Amino acid sequence: MARIELIDVVKRFKGETVIPNLNLTIREGSFTVLVGPSGCGKSTTLRMIAGLERQTSGDIRIDGELVNDTEPGKRDVAMVFQNYALYPNMTVRGNIEFGLKNRGVPKRERERLIRDICEIAGLTPYLDKKPQSLSGGQRQRVALARAMVKNPKVFILDEPLSNLDAKLRGQMRTELIELHKRLGTTFVYVTHDQVEAMSMGDRIVVMNKGEVMQAAPPMVLYEDPDNLFTAQFIGTPPMNVLPASRLPGLRTEGEGHAEFVGFRPEHALLSPETAELTREGLVIAGQIATRESLGAEQVYKLRCEAGSFFVKSFLNPYVGGDFALAVVPFERLYFFDRDGNRLRRLRAVRPQLAAAGV
Amino acid sequence: MPSILNRLRPYAMVAPALVVFSLFYLYPIGYMIHLSFHEWNFISPVKTYVGLNNYREMLADDTFLQVLRNSALYTVMTVLLATGTALPLAIWLNRKSAFHAFVQGAIFSPHIISLVSISLLWSWLMDPEYGLLNGLLHLFGISPLKWLNDPGTALVSLVIVAVWKSLGYNTLVFIAGLQSIPPELLEAAALDRSKPWTTFRRLILPMLSPTLFFLVIINLIGSFQVFETIAIMTQGGPINSTNTLVYYIYEYGFRFFKIGYASAAGVILLIIVGTLTLIYFRLLSRRVHYR
Repeated sequence: MARIELIDVVKRFKGETVIPNLNLTIREGSFTVLVGPSGCGKSTTLRMIAGLERQTSGDIRIDGELVNDTEPGKRDVAMVFQNYALYPNMTVRGNIEFGLKNRGVPKRERERLIRDICEIAGLTPYLDKKPQSLSGGQRQRVALARAMVKNPKVFILDEPLSNLDAKLRGQMRTELIELHKRLGTTFVYVTHDQVEAMSMGDRIVVMNKGEVMQAAPPMVLYEDPDNLFTAQFIGTPPMNVLPASRLPGLRTEGEGHAEFVGFRPEHALLSPETAELTREGLVIAGQIATRESLGAEQVYKLRCEAGSFFVKSFLNPYVGGDFALAVVPFERLYFFDRDGNRLRRLRAVRPQLAAAGV
Repeated sequence: MPSILNRLRPYAMVAPALVVFSLFYLYPIGYMIHLSFHEWNFISPVKTYVGLNNYREMLADDTFLQVLRNSALYTVMTVLLATGTALPLAIWLNRKSAFHAFVQGAIFSPHIISLVSISLLWSWLMDPEYGLLNGLLHLFGISPLKWLNDPGTALVSLVIVAVWKSLGYNTLVFIAGLQSIPPELLEAAALDRSKPWTTFRRLILPMLSPTLFFLVIINLIGSFQVFETIAIMTQGGPINSTNTLVYYIYEYGFRFFKIGYASAAGVILLIIVGTLTLIYFRLLSRRVHYR
């Protein structure tokens, strides 16, 4: 169990700044997920923690100890790679044993550790097989076993599930969550898949262009995003964002000038007619462009004057034809300034009955 | 009707290759085996059947045994040196910098130069009187060597030339092999606290074994067939110290015109190279594909 601190970390590759200035604390025992689009610096961050990449400047501490000049093997960090990086010339046993041998663990102790770990990972029947004769899921387990057997302070996982098929991925996701619960070790997990991030992490760090956009528990990210980027990165479909100037029914009060208005697709309600809905929320009229039925939920894409947006509904399919009014409760609206920062002190004004004229 | 055409098509497709192969490989091999049981001087219309006489005579010939020994010695030295120096060189050169790229190109250049030019060049370098190598030795205060003119150093001198020529190619193949090792594997090893030497021995070398094996066989077969350098630089001398199998065949065939005898030696060469190739293919099919 260890806390990881990145202090003023900068990383440049051949004059190109990948990470301009990163300050991040990963709490001990947490399951922290670094998530962001490709090229956002999440893998680089991970590799700097592991020691596979050296930061251009700044400090990295693991468990309070400065590890800037500590080589990867001595950081007490275990890593699971995207393609597992199993030693192809060694058997499953050899793969797990390699790190132990290098640490000078005595043979009898090694055998006990391997036996135990393979019992846990369900690898006992495959101990003498080479990785290439194993399935994707089994290889994944070997990679995990190889990392676990070293009993590290920190577990680092670099998109470990992306090479698995959807079903196995779901299964391994659950197994990893259980594993984290059992071990209690700090997990740092990188993925570009926000669904994976939301379902696994107890803390999510959203990154973009080498900067932390927001670091928070999953539900906070979802319900209270700091900025447009986070708002649009989390959720399927992502948060709808429309320019405030083109939403005529909207009036705001409070601090700041809203440039963009956002709302979650699942918070909008479709209705065929205006009625008294304008008092409840913002009404946006639009044409239904596409409908996706996913069984439990329906996803509609609507086109309105201000742009297109999604509406997700868990009710029966909308039967009002191609025209619809989307109603978003006022308290479900999010406001952002020109730079995409959230305006938390801005509220929508409920229109007076007389002023309601949409 | 179309089914017959369909069945014939594949044969028609491979026919050109088959014709060339038969004409220039199969037929000469058959003819050589046939000739090895005869005595013939290339000109006379009569070929006298002598049974196994050529073989018997050859195996009783001390020169032939020395030739075999020379060939084996030359081959072993060349292969060991050529692969043994290429691997560390490849490890050193497996970097992306202008300097490394230049060195890579520089050591590869002998590979594309004709062997005749190389032989002439090295004859001059190794000249005992005014050669550059002796000049260099002199600089370090070492007494001059007779290189190609001394039976003790002639074969080694030829080995040096062969190694110099093949080094770039071998290094390049090794670099390709090194680059095919996924970098994550080495990172995983680093995280497993593996020391550089352990990583090399337990991971890089095993991953490189197919490459190493390929190079050993290719160099082995190539070395057994060495001819140009010997023909130009030493003519098998001094006192047969650099006489190897192919040169021996050439001398008997085209200088002494004992075609039957030369063919018998050719059959021996065929057996040796054929065996090596067979071993290569046998092991190739069994080699592990690390994927």
